[in-house]
Amino acid sequence: MKNLSKLALALSLSAAALVSHAAGTMVYCSEASPEGFDTAQYTGGQTFDAAGMALFNRLVEFERGTTKVVPALAESYDTAPDGLTYTFHLRKGVKFHTTEFFTPSRNFNADDVVFTFMRMFDKTNPFAKAYPAQYPYAGDTGLDSNVASVRKTDENTVVFLLKKPDPDLLAKIAMPVFSILSAEHADKLLAAGTPALINQQPVGTGPYILKRYQKDSQIRYAGNKQYWNPKDVKLDNLIFAITTDGAVRAQKIKAGECQAMSYPKPQDLASLKADPKLKVISAPGFNIGYLSYNTEKPTTGKLEVRQALDMAINRKAIIDAVYQGQGQEASNPFPSSLWSYNPALKNPPMDIEKAKALLKKAGYPDGFEITLWSMPVQRPYNPNAKLMAEMIQADWAKIGVKAKIVSYEWGEYLKRMKAGEHDAGLVGWSGDYASPDNFLGVLLTCEAVGGSNYSRYCSKEFDGLVLKARNSLDPKERTTLYMKAQEVFKRDMPWSTIAHSTVSLPMAKGVDGLKISPFAVFDFAGVSNK
Amino acid sequence: MFFYILKRLAVLVPTFFGITLLTFSLIRMIPGDPIEVMMGERSVDPVMHAAALKQLGLDQPLPVQYFHYLGQLLHGDLGASLKTQNPVWTEFKILFPATLELAVMALLFALVVGVVAGVTAAVKRGSFLDHGVMTLALTGYSMPIFWWGLMLIMLFSSGLGWTPVSGRIDLMFDIPPDTGFMLIDAWRAQRADPSLNAGALWDAAKHLILPTIVLGTIPLAVIARMTRSSMLEVLREDYVRTARAKGLSPTRVVFIHTLRNALIPVLTVIGLQVGTLMGGAVLTETIFSWPGIGKWLIDAIGRRDYPVVQSGILLVATLVIVTNFVVDILYGVANPRIRHNK
Repeated sequence: MKNLSKLALALSLSAAALVSHAAGTMVYCSEASPEGFDTAQYTGGQTFDAAGMALFNRLVEFERGTTKVVPALAESYDTAPDGLTYTFHLRKGVKFHTTEFFTPSRNFNADDVVFTFMRMFDKTNPFAKAYPAQYPYAGDTGLDSNVASVRKTDENTVVFLLKKPDPDLLAKIAMPVFSILSAEHADKLLAAGTPALINQQPVGTGPYILKRYQKDSQIRYAGNKQYWNPKDVKLDNLIFAITTDGAVRAQKIKAGECQAMSYPKPQDLASLKADPKLKVISAPGFNIGYLSYNTEKPTTGKLEVRQALDMAINRKAIIDAVYQGQGQEASNPFPSSLWSYNPALKNPPMDIEKAKALLKKAGYPDGFEITLWSMPVQRPYNPNAKLMAEMIQADWAKIGVKAKIVSYEWGEYLKRMKAGEHDAGLVGWSGDYASPDNFLGVLLTCEAVGGSNYSRYCSKEFDGLVLKARNSLDPKERTTLYMKAQEVFKRDMPWSTIAHSTVSLPMAKGVDGLKISPFAVFDFAGVSNK
Repeated sequence: MFFYILKRLAVLVPTFFGITLLTFSLIRMIPGDPIEVMMGERSVDPVMHAAALKQLGLDQPLPVQYFHYLGQLLHGDLGASLKTQNPVWTEFKILFPATLELAVMALLFALVVGVVAGVTAAVKRGSFLDHGVMTLALTGYSMPIFWWGLMLIMLFSSGLGWTPVSGRIDLMFDIPPDTGFMLIDAWRAQRADPSLNAGALWDAAKHLILPTIVLGTIPLAVIARMTRSSMLEVLREDYVRTARAKGLSPTRVVFIHTLRNALIPVLTVIGLQVGTLMGGAVLTETIFSWPGIGKWLIDAIGRRDYPVVQSGILLVATLVIVTNFVVDILYGVANPRIRHNK
């Protein structure tokens, strides 16, 4: 199979076309400082925005605003029939950034790809030895153990050899953590004995070049006038104004101090929408907020009990009060924008009498006491877990179930949930890449018990379907398997699926081209500001 | 006086060790380690977890880690951030001028307004003015900083448009952080390139107004109340009555004879307010997106960045201790009874 990039057209443009199309400056109110500029080391969205998306490219990338993988630094790729070999044909003529600290002597080539991946996967790599760091996503995606080698066959061709097929490989390497670095810059840092500077002096091929970073204050970028896709650089200057408080970000955009802002608070949305200088776009979030039942506990271990508890929850009231209407009722373990979503699955309607009958059948005619864990933090998939827990507590009281709300500091909360101390607990997930396995495999398989499988749900039937789909190279077969797995999930009900939150992005009316990413990253390529 | 200073210095040594032990222990009592916090909802692979802890030196027993930390400190090394890998001192140096600039302005504001308000209330004791000033002082002292900041932003920034919402300067000005003090950097940039940066200094000053008021409100309330009670005490002294009887003008009696003596206890209060300012800076910096050490420490606690927390707090505590030490000395200079008190 060979995919040719539609974007290859851009390359055919003459050098004369590589002039700046940029006009003006745009200020974006971001929510936090980047953890660093070496994206591979981090998990925070703010790092992906400030470094991965602005400064770098990947071999393949997600089409802006969608989950579709499209070619980027690789113009095309071939996959061997056994699914073990991926050959990437690299784009020619791509220039790395020229900065105060580095002037590239050559264009992007296969050495850069090999360096980028092998320093993560090979502990004997000279750079990895000189600068040992953790690469959480390389482990989390299983790439560090499954990629046998990343080999250069010529200047513009790279071959990935896998130990076992991974049909999600492309979706995984499209994540910002797998941004392509300059091997020449890394060699220079290594020779100077300062490899750690790779985290502060980023050299990428992306649409913007880092001018200055002032911690907790601002990040200033200049539009990359030599960008390989010149139509994506429409701003002369891009500035991130780091503003941690959501309410203050809302005030700043209203006052015209920034032209776009991240993560508005649900309670600020009405006034932002009412402001004549602003527009607010919204899209369903690539996430799920859910109530996880511990299937190893005597009460919540019984299917009838879980069904009864689920049937007593008033989801509509929760979406109105907790999400302030900015959410969609969830019936599946992942959102409908992801392929293989099973539209046939619905939540049973709220029915107190039927729920009581189910409890009676389970041997609890008078109800029971239960712990209901409430997250201490606000997350994109759950803006107010305390309120949600209180509403569920009130709902359950109607069927005689007395819930005691429990909460811990966030780190401790997750640790104890992973250890299975809860009866039922609120938690959620935001997708990292566009594969059902990123939800079903990570959150519900037996191998994830003790990890992110907070329900400690372990079903041979479910696991069989998900693991078979994970290793299948046939998209149709995978879709069928994942749809069936969702049916098993719904039947066994290890969770009460609550909602997929709606993501909103307020911006000034003069801003054009800014889209909501399903993966909650902010990409300013192709964005202009009049 | 020399022995007085020596005695004060001797107290500082155990205080520093106490702070190192306290910060080292407290941050480790908070559940979760840096790796678990970074991984969040994701599974933490035990092998990767153990390797990461080993790499960060967090697999050692706590006493070993503590003595290693103390050893580093004695060599002048404050450690490096687990997250950014930058030396703590480097990060502190970058961020501290922002906090210092804000704290100095807030203290000046509190001092000027607080002393004037306190003197006025004392002189007009029992009047409507006295009750008004004291009620406002109590209100200011009780005001939650976060709420107060947001209210001021909504009124003066979003509503009236008089002041900027947050930050240190309009980002359309590209001011290199040469000294880290925005007023100085903006002034220099304005002088260097008047066409590009005209109005930068005034803009920087405008950005200081609301954070200064918010951070200065509590110290202002304390200073006003302290000045009032101290003034009332001194106004009852015989020598003040004598001065009045001699026919000196009321202004001279209040400002020359009374205020100078009344300010001695106020001086101590100012020293103590440095601690309040550092505490208040944490919230004020968050509300106004002020890139100082308060916000830096809060973030570090959130992600369990042990070296930043323990050394950052040590640096802030040192600042507070040294300021109080200087105030103690000044107090001793101003009031001989203190330095002779065994």
